[in-house]
Amino acid sequence: MVKSDFSYNSKIEGEVIVTRADAVVNWVRSHSVWPMPMGLACCAIELMAAGGSRFDISRFGMEVMRFSPRQADCMIVSGTVTYKMAEVVRRIYDQMAEPKWVVAMGACASSGGMYRSYATLQGVDNIVPVDIYISGCPPRPEALLDGMMLLQEKIRNEGGSLKRTFRGRTVETKIVS
Amino acid sequence: MDVAALTQKFPRTQSQKSIDMPTFAVANDELAEIVQYLRDSQGFDLLADLCGIDWPDRSPRFGVVIHLLSTTNKEYIRLHAACDNDAVPSVSSIHPGANWHEREAYDMFGIKFTGHPDPRRILMWESYPYHPLRKEFPLAGIEVPLPAADVAAVTGQNVEPAPMMGGPFVSHGGHMSGGEPQALDQSWNEEKPKA
Repeated sequence: MVKSDFSYNSKIEGEVIVTRADAVVNWVRSHSVWPMPMGLACCAIELMAAGGSRFDISRFGMEVMRFSPRQADCMIVSGTVTYKMAEVVRRIYDQMAEPKWVVAMGACASSGGMYRSYATLQGVDNIVPVDIYISGCPPRPEALLDGMMLLQEKIRNEGGSLKRTFRGRTVETKIVS
Repeated sequence: MDVAALTQKFPRTQSQKSIDMPTFAVANDELAEIVQYLRDSQGFDLLADLCGIDWPDRSPRFGVVIHLLSTTNKEYIRLHAACDNDAVPSVSSIHPGANWHEREAYDMFGIKFTGHPDPRRILMWESYPYHPLRKEFPLAGIEVPLPAADVAAVTGQNVEPAPMMGGPFVSHGGHMSGGEPQALDQSWNEEKPKA
C-alpha cells in the first residue's frame, strides 16, 4: 500500500481515517480478487496446486475461485487457447462484470507457446485485454502467486476507480452511504 | 490367425509385406464385411486404431488403416483399404469405438465414411474449409475468419498463419543430449528477416 494514501494517527484523529476514495476502493478490490479459472491445459494443474494448502493462494485474498464468470472479476487463462476455444474464452470474458482483469498464465496463453500451428491462437491478448503475463511452461505455483500479487499492485495503483474510462467504456461505481 | 480362411472367403484380399503384424490390402467395398468377419469368426474383438493416410502421388490418393486386436489369441492384424472417390465404408456399427476415429480421419483428411451415424468434424469447427493433415496443407495454417462472426467483429482477429521462424523444428537424430530441435533454415529469425 502506498503510505500517503492513508494517514492515521490515533492521538490526533481519534477514530477517523482520512484517505482518498480511490485508495479505499482499490484496497478493497485488490484484497478480494475472485478468480475465474479458465483452465485449458496443464497450467490449470499448477493453478489447482496454487489453490491447495501447500501454496495456499488464500494468503493473498484470492482463494474464492468462481466457475461462473458472473461471480468473478479476474480471468486466469491457464493453458493453450485454440481458435475453436477462442470464441468461448471471449464470451466468458464478456459475461464478467466490470471491473475485470485478465491474467495470461504460461507460455501458451501469453504467446501460443510451443504450438506454432494452424489450430492455436498465438496469445490470448489477441482476443481479450491482458493485464499480467506469467512466463513458464507451466509456471510454478509461486510464479502464479507472484503474478497475482503484481496484479494486486496494479489494481492498487489504478486511478479514477469511481468513474473512469475502462477499455473504451465509461464505468461508474456508486458509493452508497 | 487363419490367413487361408480369410483369403479364401475374400479372394480380393492381398497379403502385404510388414515388419510387425499380418497386414492385408482389402477391397474398399469389402472392408466392413471383413471387419465383421474377423470380429465374429476370428476373435479380433478390439479395434485398436483407425487412421487415414495420404499418398499425394498415388491414385487413389487416400486410404484408411485399421488395427485390430484379438484379446483371446493376443494377436494383431492390420487392414489397409484404399479410398474409392475419397470414401470408405464405416465400421462404427461393428466397432462403436471407431466412431470418433472416423470423425477425426474425416476432419483431418476429408475421407468420407459411408454409413457413419454422425459424420461431423471432431477437432476443427464445422465451417473450417480445409483438412489440415493433407500433405499440401502448411503446418502454419491458412488465413480464414474466426468461426464466430460477432467475436471476430469485436476483436478484429482472424485465424492467422502461425509464425514459423524457419520451422518446423526438427531434431537431428542421435542422442537427445546432442542438441535441441532446431529449424531446418537457421538463416533468419525475429531480428533478422528472411532474405
